[in-house]
Amino acid sequence: MGNVLVVVEANPDGSLRKATLNALGAAGAIVKRTGGQIHAVVVAVDARPLAQAVAPYAVSVVYTASGPSFEHGLAEGVTPAVVAAVRAAKADFVVGAATAFGRDVLPRVAGKLQAAMASEVLSIEGTGSDFTFTKPLWAGAVIGTVKLSSPIVVLSVRPTEFQAPAAGSAGEIRELQLEAPAPMRTRFLDFKQVLSTRPSLTEARVVVSGGRGTKGDFQPIEALADALGAAIGASRAVCDAGWQPNDLQVGQTGKVVAPQLYIAVGISGAIQHVAGMKGSKTIVAINKDPDAPIFTVADYGLVGDLFTLIPELTAAIEASK
Amino acid sequence: MALKILVTAKRVEDSESKIRVNAQGTGIVTEGLRYKLNPFDEIAIEEALRLVAKHGGEVVAVSVGSKDVHEQLRQALAMGASRAIWVNQVGPLDQLAIARCLAKIAEKEKPDLAILGKQSIDGDQGQVGPYLAEMLDWPQATFASKEDSLESQAEKSKTPALQLSTDGKEITVVREVDGGLQTIACTLPAVVTTELRLNLPRYASLPGIMKAKSKTIEEFTPATLGVDATPAITLLKVAAPPERKAGIKVPDVAALVDKLRNEAKVI
Ligand SMILES: Cc1cc2nc3c(=O)[nH]c(=O)nc-3n(C[C@H](O)[C@H](O)[C@H](O)COP(=O)(O)OP(=O)(O)OC[C@H]3O[C@@H](n4cnc5c(N)ncnc54)[C@H](O)[C@@H]3O)c2cc1C
Ligand SMILES: Nc1ncnc2c1ncn2[C@@H]1O[C@H](COP(=O)(O)O)[C@@H](O)[C@H]1O
Repeated sequence: MGNVLVVVEANPDGSLRKATLNALGAAGAIVKRTGGQIHAVVVAVDARPLAQAVAPYAVSVVYTASGPSFEHGLAEGVTPAVVAAVRAAKADFVVGAATAFGRDVLPRVAGKLQAAMASEVLSIEGTGSDFTFTKPLWAGAVIGTVKLSSPIVVLSVRPTEFQAPAAGSAGEIRELQLEAPAPMRTRFLDFKQVLSTRPSLTEARVVVSGGRGTKGDFQPIEALADALGAAIGASRAVCDAGWQPNDLQVGQTGKVVAPQLYIAVGISGAIQHVAGMKGSKTIVAINKDPDAPIFTVADYGLVGDLFTLIPELTAAIEASK
Repeated sequence: MALKILVTAKRVEDSESKIRVNAQGTGIVTEGLRYKLNPFDEIAIEEALRLVAKHGGEVVAVSVGSKDVHEQLRQALAMGASRAIWVNQVGPLDQLAIARCLAKIAEKEKPDLAILGKQSIDGDQGQVGPYLAEMLDWPQATFASKEDSLESQAEKSKTPALQLSTDGKEITVVREVDGGLQTIACTLPAVVTTELRLNLPRYASLPGIMKAKSKTIEEFTPATLGVDATPAITLLKVAAPPERKAGIKVPDVAALVDKLRNEAKVI
């Protein structure tokens, strides 16, 4: 026993979302101690291609549920299928990535299972069959260690904290036998995708983020991001003002990123922002206030006006290419 | 098309407070902390008040916790909620127990809509909304937001972002999801959870605060609701997050580029 069921997520184009692989990494840390198996569930209009994509990643069985009510990954439709897979897999742990999809669907699944849940899990701790989990509390001001005592437990894990497993031989794909779905009371109407030619914020190697200090002028930041092949991020102040799409907010209530290089420009460094980027390998802060809190988490700080420093930095990087 | 809306009013530490680990590593230092209404719940209450201002109806605020939560319920009442419900529970609570209490209240009150925060800023769990929706077998719309910015005219005129259909049977919600904004419609009754960009909550006015004093707070306990509130989550310990090694300030762009290239080796 001690099986783990991982809930698989697709990108808007239907391909396998990378964060799912990180969730599989967390599942690996669990089964290493339980001796159980990793199972996965794909719930989609046509689940088979995604199941094939995920099957090689140390998964014993991939359950599939295909049907029109699964379009757009709406929680009401997806939940019964995930719960059916929990039963089929005889899973004691249900794991998914802490993405918008995971944060929507996983607690609903937990509600159906009457299961306790830990959100935004950072690490799997404890010994043997005694599992504990660490998670951020108060926007990561402190880290809590929690124990969950329901028969089945549900975890949403921070993708940045778990390594994706290596691909190997493909696991078995099994179609779930589902009861006829109840009529949906949730209707999809529209998706306004933020289209960008840049790398995705949560997967980019370099992120350049702008704050209120930009006064809404992101032109210098975009030029720097172009020079570095970077994704663009933003503070809440920027998204609230409508200067950048909400999707780019980094922080406690936005995206959690951990790139090789994070450049914070005109961002003061509130704890809620830092919560989303503290795991970055190298942090650079550029701010005109030498006492801005962002400098306490930055490896390299540069004090001055972003409107002169950023074009200078962009030129220096372009020149050295 | 009067609407009855249930909102939640969780008590949390002020997000401006300095949160530190206590000496035993069992919790945080509570001395000198200030407490507030969970910011997401303030937004939930604001949205409910706007909906009721447009369509008629009433807003009922609920909080689960010790007597201290009266402060947050009074704030909800001062903002404009008509009534409040207090589920009296001292000691640790988990999201399952809270959702079970809220589900019982919802069964009694039979609201058209329950609006909750997307997360509490203390536990950062983000669970109670979807838990509640599943327990009640209602549809859910998490992360409610809007296309207009918080500095837009729509926001200034305090129009609700959640759109009620003309027959009053459906609510349309713009959700912040990864990659963009998704719009869905849920048949009522439904659970909605709020994002920060749904609205700018009002302050309680002085007359509002005075009026709140005469509004009633009805009391229940998990036991009187028939809920087993034994937590299935135990917080074993808390620790300070790993510190980042103190960095340096560089004098100019050339020095920065040099460090990034030759020391950090990231460009
Ligand atoms: C519940 C809750 C959740 C939150 N979640 C998030 C979240 O997920 N993400 C997030 O980012 N915030 C979040 N916040 C908000 C957070 O507390 C801060 O208010 C926000 O991060 C501030 O954004 P900022 O740093 O861009 O703006 P400010 O704090 O106003 O800082 C602007 C900075 O720019 C500098 N500056 C100004 N002009 C220039 C110039 N010309 N050149 C260089 N520097 C300049 C200033 O010195 C200042 O340091 C949350 C808050 C709450 C209460
Ligand atoms: N003790 C409580 N009383 C009332 N509402 C609560 C309580 N705890 C959580 N909630 C509601 O559930 C939302 C999500 O909380 P959580 O799942 O704890 O992050 C909060 O924003 C509140 O709206």
